[in-house]
Amino acid sequence: MRYLPHTPEDRAEMLARIGVGEINELFKDVPAGALLKGHLDLPSATSEMSVERQLAAMAAKNTAAGSVPFFIGCGAYRHHVPATVDHLIQRSEFLTAYTPYQPEISQGTLQVLFEFQTQVAALTGMEVANASMYDGSTATAEAVAMAARVTRRQRTVLSGNLHPHYRDVILTNGTYTGESFVKNDPQVAGEEDLASQIDDKTAAVVVQNPDVFGNLRDLTPIAEAAHAKGALLIVVVTETVSLGMVKSPGAMGADIVVAEGQSIGNGLNFGGPYVGLFATRQKYVRQMPGRLCGETTDADGKRGYVLTLSTREQHIRREKATSNICTNSGLCALAFSIHMTLLGEKGLRQLAALNHAGAVTLADTLSEVTGVELMTPCFFNEFTLRLPKDAQSLVEALTEKGILGGVRMSRLFPGEGAMDNLITVAVTETNTAEDFAAYRKALEEVLS
Amino acid sequence: MNRQGRPTQPATRAAPEGLSTFSGNKGLQLEEALIFEIGSSQTTGVDLAELPASAKSRIGDLARTEEIGLPGLTEPECMRHYVRLSQKNYAIDAGIYPLGSCTMKHNPRLNEKMARLPGFADIHPMQPQSTVQGALELIDTLAHWLKVITGMPAVAMSPKAGAHGEYCGLMAIRACLEARGDARARVLVPESAHGTNPATAAACGYSVDTIPATEEGRVDLAALKAKLGDDVAAIMLTNPNTCGLFERDIIEISEAVHGVGGLVYCDGANLNAIMGKVRPGDLGIDAMHINLHKTFSTPHGGGGPGAGPVVLSETLAPFAPLPFVVVTDGAYSLAEYAPEAEAQGAKPFGRLTAFHGQMGMFVRALSFMMSHGSDGITQAAEDAVLNANYIMASLKDIMSASFEGPCMHEALFDDRFLKDTGVTTLDMAKAMIDEGMHPMTMYFPLVVHGAMLIEPTESESKQTLDAFISTMRQLVEAAKAGETERFTGAPHFAPMKRLDETAAARKPVLRWTPEENASHSAAAE
Ligand SMILES: Cc1ncc(COP(=O)(O)O)c(C=O)c1O
Repeated sequence: MRYLPHTPEDRAEMLARIGVGEINELFKDVPAGALLKGHLDLPSATSEMSVERQLAAMAAKNTAAGSVPFFIGCGAYRHHVPATVDHLIQRSEFLTAYTPYQPEISQGTLQVLFEFQTQVAALTGMEVANASMYDGSTATAEAVAMAARVTRRQRTVLSGNLHPHYRDVILTNGTYTGESFVKNDPQVAGEEDLASQIDDKTAAVVVQNPDVFGNLRDLTPIAEAAHAKGALLIVVVTETVSLGMVKSPGAMGADIVVAEGQSIGNGLNFGGPYVGLFATRQKYVRQMPGRLCGETTDADGKRGYVLTLSTREQHIRREKATSNICTNSGLCALAFSIHMTLLGEKGLRQLAALNHAGAVTLADTLSEVTGVELMTPCFFNEFTLRLPKDAQSLVEALTEKGILGGVRMSRLFPGEGAMDNLITVAVTETNTAEDFAAYRKALEEVLS
Repeated sequence: MNRQGRPTQPATRAAPEGLSTFSGNKGLQLEEALIFEIGSSQTTGVDLAELPASAKSRIGDLARTEEIGLPGLTEPECMRHYVRLSQKNYAIDAGIYPLGSCTMKHNPRLNEKMARLPGFADIHPMQPQSTVQGALELIDTLAHWLKVITGMPAVAMSPKAGAHGEYCGLMAIRACLEARGDARARVLVPESAHGTNPATAAACGYSVDTIPATEEGRVDLAALKAKLGDDVAAIMLTNPNTCGLFERDIIEISEAVHGVGGLVYCDGANLNAIMGKVRPGDLGIDAMHINLHKTFSTPHGGGGPGAGPVVLSETLAPFAPLPFVVVTDGAYSLAEYAPEAEAQGAKPFGRLTAFHGQMGMFVRALSFMMSHGSDGITQAAEDAVLNANYIMASLKDIMSASFEGPCMHEALFDDRFLKDTGVTTLDMAKAMIDEGMHPMTMYFPLVVHGAMLIEPTESESKQTLDAFISTMRQLVEAAKAGETERFTGAPHFAPMKRLDETAAARKPVLRWTPEENASHSAAAE
């Protein structure tokens, strides 16, 4: 087997040094009846070429997003990732290092994390950020738990326009923690009245911006209403590129900002691995979940970086830790940070502007089709259309024509009849004028 | 001298004491400032299209007008920045990385290549299911391998890492108990357990009751039995445990816990020692997470991502979280919502993450498993155990082995052998850095003093192990001979001297700020 260096002679010599006659003597603590006699009922070792052939056959059964006009978003977005990013994250020293427990030989990873934390704080308009969470949804659930710790309150108001999967992750994580949740119905076009639901027992309000339909809103009034009652505002961002154009959650008064960072530097990967961004105010830093990298000096007085404030974490605090998270999304955070460095503020703003311009163009084009109505007046790169027929059959018909046209809202909100005719459509810089024309033509054909 | 004036005699003199370079660089070791110090908001390393002149705005009055504070670098500058930073890292590709409990084994690049096939990397989690049949097939195939390896009937694929898997397993346990109308309150956790275990139990609303270890480094069965009662929801056991030992009473422990109506969670972080040798399903286990980023070699990436699928017993299988793959007549689909799941007879406890789990890690892990095959999987476990015992046998005469062997895939020592030397476990680790090796895990598990947990994995050749052993022996001898400075000042030869972690925590600086930078340059002047 190509990955195993020992020869039979090596093994024999090593067993002799250990002082046993055969390998199973080392397994003597395994209950005798449980030790397997033969091999598992699985195929035997195979060559690189054969593995490649088998896996490529599976991959070929999927429609790669880049092979068709592609407009699916709702929490994951197809952006162009510069070749430099994928090259750099495959450097052995980044790819095959563990969590930086020995800072003297991990300054590469640590400096990247320090830069990443600074980038995330700047992007979200907050004071501090951690070294990443698993993804946007788990970061959101952690934010809810953190708000309960900060406020010592147990009631959380959830916007109805939160991505339903995010909502479900929050509800699952809150099942046995004594928290209660105020749920709201989705409002594709209307304003939600969240302010009136905040009372002096409320720990936090959770709002997504842009929301799951694509709506952008000014959250300042909700922030004010929350702060008036001593509650925190948690803002969720699933399309991080929007922050290159839209007023930051921090500037609108957010206390905790959580985001899915996949859009920057990371591919779609069928849902993972992604990278959760988590940012908050300095004063709450000791209540934050996850790893933090901080600046310090070495014995020569040279600036360097270490993991810090670990008394919040499970390996020190055990059952009193702020979270159980250990392994996070280090390499995805690196990809995010490299891509962000390549973009810079200028590039990010341009990227965001292109995304928005494309979405506006497509929204206008598609809403010219008879019977199609744009439901989201104010949006970034994703919008929702109401169709004159059910979106499920439309999505299927478009797929038949080789167009992946968006997410039918009945998939995200099953059983809610009001969603049947809604489709949410995302546009990024990867879409071309030809894609738009193809979409319009196909939509007309299907609806006629 | 030759005719061009190039000296032909080798330089002979050693560097004078205290010589430093003007640049701060040391040959191949290049200093690198922060992007905030070298980049600018007007620089970019990407060429994006021009904005059409007709572009209209639909963001209302929500434009971001103030400066964001994100510096850019051009592509060549960016390449250098990160390449230079990478050179300050140690990596498994460069040498032995014997971090106990972390299973730092070789990361085959075939797996990277497979994960990047557009049919896996460039598919969206919300694509119509008819367009991702191969992806669902891959998840189902990996699930099959995991079930066969563990001898368990079901597996939940969505957890994002080990700790998330623990959470999944404990939530399934709690949901199962709640369904019986018997939620219970306590979870038993051995004192040698990883910190994620008690943290997870607490997140599921349980109180944590610690079980002591025996002199032999295993769960104290008598103490365990004394703590059992009808309020015990579960035990969270690590097997092989974090001392590198197989819990030989495992079957009796499972029976005892089941006997009072509790369930058995196994932390599977150490599956590498037993895959293809013994199946957790034959040991009475109800749930166990598998760290694909340990046992199945998906690269650790300097801190993740990982993946933590959880195998489940018949009892717990119905409670697995959403979403999951369903196979009907060769066609794959996803149960994403409770009604779909209930139609399959399931009672999911909820949802753990937005999408379907760590697909990129699934591809890598399956590629790794297929390469090994059933024969290679068993051989890998045997070699991992062989290597750890070889280290144990080669060092136990001069270091203090904490427990009687044989060990499984990791060898645990404590600091008794350093008594009166003035050298600590930390010093020993830092001296190993000077020798060009990554240190072992230190100060974990908590059950022995000054723990040194060495896990070589099956990837290390005998030659590498012999070199490691020989260097370790020399270090130990030097410590015992009173060469204290070699240790207390270590590392002497790493890119950085020892870093002040106390100062970092006392006054946390968690981001770059322009003011900080100003004070830095003022101090430099
Ligand atoms: C014994 C043990 N349990 C649990 C974990 C947690 O796994 P993860 O870091 O993937 O969350 C680890 C790894 O760090 C471990 O070593």
